[in-house]
Amino acid sequence: MTENTEATGGPERRVRVVLVDDHRMFRTGVQAEIGRTEETGVEVVGEAADVDQAVTVITATRPEVVLLDVHLPGGGGVEVLRRCAPLMSAAEDPVRFLALSVSDAAEDVIGVIRGGARGYVTKTITGTDLVDSVFRVQEGDAVFSPRLAGFVLDAFASTDAPPVDEDLDRLTQREREVLRLIARGYAYKEIAKQLFISVKTVESHVSAVLRKLQLSNRHELTRWATARRLV
Amino acid sequence: MPAATARAASSLTADPEEPPQRKLYRSADGRMLGGVARGLAGHLGLPVAWVRFVFLGLFFTDGLGALLYAVFWIVVPLGVGGVEAPRSVFETAADGRRKLRKPDRGQVFALVALTFGAVAFVANVDMGSEADRYIWPTLLIGAGSVLVWRQADNARRARWMEVGRNRKLLHLARGFAGVALVGLGLAVFLVVRGSAAQLGNVLTAAIAVLTGIFLLAGPYLVRMTQDLSEERLMRIRAQERAEVAAHVHDSVLHTLTLIQRNADDGGEVRRLARAQERELRNWLYNPEGTGKDEDDEPETLAEAVKRAAAEVEDKHGVPLEVVVVGDCPLDEKLSAQMQAAREAMVNAAKYGGEGGAVQVFAEVEGRTVFVSVRDRGPGFDLDEVPGDRMGVRESIIGRMQRNGGSARLRSVPGGGTEVELEMERASE
Repeated sequence: MTENTEATGGPERRVRVVLVDDHRMFRTGVQAEIGRTEETGVEVVGEAADVDQAVTVITATRPEVVLLDVHLPGGGGVEVLRRCAPLMSAAEDPVRFLALSVSDAAEDVIGVIRGGARGYVTKTITGTDLVDSVFRVQEGDAVFSPRLAGFVLDAFASTDAPPVDEDLDRLTQREREVLRLIARGYAYKEIAKQLFISVKTVESHVSAVLRKLQLSNRHELTRWATARRLV
Repeated sequence: MPAATARAASSLTADPEEPPQRKLYRSADGRMLGGVARGLAGHLGLPVAWVRFVFLGLFFTDGLGALLYAVFWIVVPLGVGGVEAPRSVFETAADGRRKLRKPDRGQVFALVALTFGAVAFVANVDMGSEADRYIWPTLLIGAGSVLVWRQADNARRARWMEVGRNRKLLHLARGFAGVALVGLGLAVFLVVRGSAAQLGNVLTAAIAVLTGIFLLAGPYLVRMTQDLSEERLMRIRAQERAEVAAHVHDSVLHTLTLIQRNADDGGEVRRLARAQERELRNWLYNPEGTGKDEDDEPETLAEAVKRAAAEVEDKHGVPLEVVVVGDCPLDEKLSAQMQAAREAMVNAAKYGGEGGAVQVFAEVEGRTVFVSVRDRGPGFDLDEVPGDRMGVRESIIGRMQRNGGSARLRSVPGGGTEVELEMERASE
């Protein structure tokens, strides 16, 4: 994804980040890749290796973005999200979570998104894209990887058959279109161009999807997951 | 005591909410009969002697203590053989040290107390001519049952720690003793009843036999149901671990060795690592452990797309990100589409691979199957492709049209290429 050059930003954009991952090597790698504050504008203010540590560090440092691993000792990323829920909904400087995991199993992905993470990227992501994603999350947008978009489409596709009375459970045609393009590997900018809408509109569609995913009723999702033998 | 049982009960029901560290177990260590008192003591954080006293005290109130004890014995499972759970139960107080030296003295004391209680009980009971005749058989049956019930616990414990031959013999002897006691009790019962009418005799005999069987088989049945889920879990876990070990051994270690040997050849290392990653991922996250028998033909669309992508990835050393939404069985038309898609993937990997991962997206929506293959390479102009190059024209566009589908090619010089394939599924 070569054209995200402007996403690298300059030092005028700053974001404070906490890394949560039980692999020290991985934290070091991410730190080296995105933590060069002068170039990327990302400042790593804390690291944690398990759930308890993570909650302590996040509460103490109040970062803008947390890069959160899904599989953690002590209950996993979902547990961190649960215990940090008040920080996420804080009126002032809310802490936002971006899940960063090696797993692309649907249950993990859907789990942390429902836990309140603002996005999900896999560990194969490049440094540039990760920095871009961090900034996007900081600004309050959702970051979907193609795979995540695929899962969401899948989830909503199979709940389509029975009439669902809550509107929240359904994706609009436009949102579906946007997700489909994300799943096909388009960047937000390219989607905007393709659908003749602004990037902001794309972002708001994606945020709407995220909101629906968190609120969509548990029953449907469980049924979906069991039908595909994912849980 | 009612307060204590209430607390025990409430902590039992509250269990699912919190981590199971406070779960009530009967203690397998330093117990006298069923380990109920010790288990309760550990659970409530009280000295064992207190709990035993309470039970003893209740024993005098019409044998309520015995009844309570029996109920606990039946319902509460034995703590996991001194490995984890009982330890955590006892950690609450400074019990850990006391447990090492106390049991002896405590056991003697409790035995004395119990004998005292038993004597008091016998003395207490109305020694009338009618009731008296039934007391001894009842006591005999009771003692036999206790022996057999405890035996069931021991049999259970033996499964945790391998018990030697002589211990096993002892167990057998105890089991027989229990059976004999119960049998004797029943026999005495029958003899005592002997004066009654013949019909009553037969009835009593039948009931007695049934009761005997129930008393003897009961503990094993109860324990068996309690054990079943636990044991199954253990077995599954062990099996899983063995399988993981075997898998890691033959695939991951093997690949790592190959990577070490080819350390200088970056392309080869990447290819190996990618192939291994995909295989491991497939194995870890797919429910049926697919990816083992790769020989058979894929039967569903999702499988076919993933397989094709994997093959292209291996061959050309370019990562392909595959997203599949929905799934359906493969038919002839879809197979053709898969071949076209595969060709598109090969093209993308060959000519557009340096722009990063190739994105493959497949979706089943109603009757239509849509596949898109997208790369971020330099792109090309279809009209400028020489007429003798048949790849795109024949293998992709032509094949799709022949089978009743459609193919669209979108290529922006410098902006990558996307191939979109659309096909209607054959009607069933």
